[in-house]
Amino acid sequence: MTNPIPLEVSDSDLVARAKAGELDAFETLTNRYAQRVYSLTLRMLRQEQDAEDVTQQTFLSALESLGGFRGDASFATWLLRIATHAALKVIRKRKGLDTVSLEEATEPTEGYDTIPHPEYIADWRQSPEELVRKHETQSLLDDALAKLDEKHRLVFLLRDVEGLSVEETAGALGLSEANTKVRLLRARLQLREQLTLTLGDPYRRVVQTHPPTEEEH
Amino acid sequence: MKCAELLTMLNEYVDGTVDPAICEEFEKHMAGCNPCQVVVDNIRQTITLYKEGKPYDLPIAFRQRLHTALRQRWSETHCRKP
Repeated sequence: MTNPIPLEVSDSDLVARAKAGELDAFETLTNRYAQRVYSLTLRMLRQEQDAEDVTQQTFLSALESLGGFRGDASFATWLLRIATHAALKVIRKRKGLDTVSLEEATEPTEGYDTIPHPEYIADWRQSPEELVRKHETQSLLDDALAKLDEKHRLVFLLRDVEGLSVEETAGALGLSEANTKVRLLRARLQLREQLTLTLGDPYRRVVQTHPPTEEEH
Repeated sequence: MKCAELLTMLNEYVDGTVDPAICEEFEKHMAGCNPCQVVVDNIRQTITLYKEGKPYDLPIAFRQRLHTALRQRWSETHCRKP
């Protein structure tokens, strides 16, 4: 039995070793990313059994196609693409859709002019760093995320939570970059609104004293 | 720059990909518009909060199932090779 693989071994080294036949290397990669894939799919699918199935599918798929992984994208990005693709299949199946892309052919790109202006504006009482340590913050975040339209939530999950670029996000979801950006903006603004209602300091609430479209600054 | 215009470029400003000239306009506006300044701060805080959120733990039984399935598929795949 081989020695445990040290933490400092890079993903690309592990991929090379897995390709050369080392199961341990693939298992290490799995341990590195399983939580992340599971969290992403759980947030996308909002159902534990489905998230488990898709997570398992993702790693099995990665195992089988490892030979074809060229390393153009990072292993993490490649894995997240596989996971997203598998999760989207579940979503489409739930809706009884056949199309590959989530972007319905007849759906126009959302415009910036219909984006709702922020209403509840207040400085937060605590910094994100302080909040992250609190257990109840996570459920607040998940509740806010759950309230988003799925099409906005998916973009936010990939772009802001997982850190994929706009281009990668658009590619993974089968959307145009323009549409991805608008959906991202809507997601961010809506989450801001939701979270500020709870996390904002009501004593420091700011009210816009002029209609946003009129005065020039 | 008006508040509504700022909104359309919020993504780019927060992500740091905005044109320097527009960036200047943005910051000039925010210097004189507290609501916009706070909204931009809120958005940054929101993104940070989600980015640094705790990932979900894998249920233990599932983790075991996953590894069993991978080992099985691995031996199947590797046995198929000549």
